[in-house]
Amino acid sequence: MRVSLLVAGLVAGCAVAQAQDKLVLDGSTTVGPIAKAFAESYMRQNPGVNITVSESGSGNGAKALLNGTCDIADLSRDLKDTERKAMAEKGVKPVAHVVAYDALPVLVHPSNKVKGLTIDQLRGIFTGKIKNWSEVGGSDLAIVVISRDTNSGTFETFKDMVLGHEAKIVESAEYTGSNGGIRQRVQMTKGAIGYAGLGFVDKSVKALEVNGIAPSAETALDKSYPIARPLFMFTNGEPAAESLAAKFIGMSRTEKGREIIEEIGFVPVPAKK
Amino acid sequence: MRTSEHIILSAGEKARRKAFGLLGRAFLFTVTSVAAMAVLAILFFIARDAWPFFSDRGVGDFFFSKAWYPAHQPPQFGAAAIFAGSLLVTGAAVVLAVPPGVFAALCMSDILPFNVRQVLKPVIEMLAAIPSVAYGFFALVVLAPLLQESGGRVLAAAWWVLALPALFLASVVAADLLTPGRLSHAAHRLARTLLTLCFLSLSLALLAHVGRVLGGLQVASGVNALTASVILGVMALPTIVSVSEDALQAAGRELREGSYALGATRAETLVKVVFPAALSGVFSAVLLGVMRALGETMVVWMASGNAAQIPKPWYNLLQPVRTLTATIAGDMGEADQMTGSAHYHVLFAMGLCLLLFSFTCNLAGEWIVTRQRKRLRGG
Repeated sequence: MRVSLLVAGLVAGCAVAQAQDKLVLDGSTTVGPIAKAFAESYMRQNPGVNITVSESGSGNGAKALLNGTCDIADLSRDLKDTERKAMAEKGVKPVAHVVAYDALPVLVHPSNKVKGLTIDQLRGIFTGKIKNWSEVGGSDLAIVVISRDTNSGTFETFKDMVLGHEAKIVESAEYTGSNGGIRQRVQMTKGAIGYAGLGFVDKSVKALEVNGIAPSAETALDKSYPIARPLFMFTNGEPAAESLAAKFIGMSRTEKGREIIEEIGFVPVPAKK
Repeated sequence: MRTSEHIILSAGEKARRKAFGLLGRAFLFTVTSVAAMAVLAILFFIARDAWPFFSDRGVGDFFFSKAWYPAHQPPQFGAAAIFAGSLLVTGAAVVLAVPPGVFAALCMSDILPFNVRQVLKPVIEMLAAIPSVAYGFFALVVLAPLLQESGGRVLAAAWWVLALPALFLASVVAADLLTPGRLSHAAHRLARTLLTLCFLSLSLALLAHVGRVLGGLQVASGVNALTASVILGVMALPTIVSVSEDALQAAGRELREGSYALGATRAETLVKVVFPAALSGVFSAVLLGVMRALGETMVVWMASGNAAQIPKPWYNLLQPVRTLTATIAGDMGEADQMTGSAHYHVLFAMGLCLLLFSFTCNLAGEWIVTRQRKRLRGG
């Protein structure tokens, strides 16, 4: 809300602002919160700058960059080959900037005896081949599969990294509209299994080890935790030093930016040594 | 001479007044048609965005396939399970809400004293003022955990509370109706008592059996069709009670007095005179309740589990289901409008189906009310 008010105020005050005081971002709903928080913080420190952030999904972000309707495209995945090809044809040179890492812990009820699962077991559970916790070393309890809604980047990541391209999620899976909703459903359902962002793990739920690795900021960064991904901001060509886009993306390396990223529940990129 | 000048208008004045009259009428007509146009515009815009889906993919898969994988490559948009989910949740909500709603209306219009009714009706109507997200929250944090922790016991208790009085009433009434009439007074009483006892013991056996079955049930997930139906039923209740009560009131004092004058008891007056006279109104109350339950979004999105499946067996209310409204609300967020993907258009196709169903319900309601009115007039 505050962002939009700021934007509205700035739009009015900035009729004479130069083009370089304006920055348009579009793309992933997962990266969106980071971009919005960055924009809010940046605009508070630099009045007269106008940054707008839209969240229309990673695919649309890539399209916007291709069509030149945004300066920075937020993506929760790398560009697809088809997207790279289309950009090459149009003379757009996408440059990837990793702004943060995201891990998806697999959550179960605290009373669940299972400590960890392999990716194969997870795939079995989410595709409906494994229906009872006793099949993976737990007590005799039906598994209740809980997923994020199919439109979220979180769902897409989980599906890509766990299920693969061919597998379909079991039709009895429940869908919830938010990460908080997943945690809420898991903490009150004994047989439940779900997944959410790293920022949503607390004592009320148990995060499973996957392939023997517990999810954490460290294991997400060193890529040993299998369900982790980098979050990108793409620009057309390397942004010029001192340009607004460079400064904005550079925020992810500043102390303030890292704080913001941690607050939202992602893992900041480690400082350069 | 002056007066006639004022009464008889000149040709110019006449034309001017006529023009103003026309202008006024045109203005009022425009204002009135805005409402009607809004409905047509909604229908048009929804149909316009639904059309590309049907023309690209046909109607067969949409209505008859259960495969709902909008995010898969390639996506599949079989909405049969979602239609079934909507029907199941709405149907269960209506089954749960109509009997208590109609009984409450009868009670308020004909049995409770006037001043009690004056207090009770606004209180029941207040149920309609609670925002649906609050109902959803209640379902999620109170009802769902309760069902999950002690599902069987809760269901059994609810069954006893609801079914005991209903079956008791039904036994008494059935015994009364089935007692042969051509008997002496004493024999008649004896037969009726025996029949009542017989029915009562039968219903007690039924109660105990079903109660035992329900008590043994395990509820894996408290977020399911039943939770959503119970909340939807409560939400539909104020509409059903209020509109039915109005219909029963509208049956009129003369009708009731006429019935009493002929020697009918209050029960006979209620069941055989007032209720049939108000039947069309009660029916439209039920239809309004159906539409309320069918169109509700927030509660089902929060409390139905949103699993795109047809429960096995189909009447198993303890499994999660997905409804049309929840699908539209949940998927619209990121279905890309700009590119106009199939996922975007399929949501409009669902909206169009909901809209057409509402229209049909409305028309059916109107038709029944008009027909009933004609019949009551003796036409």
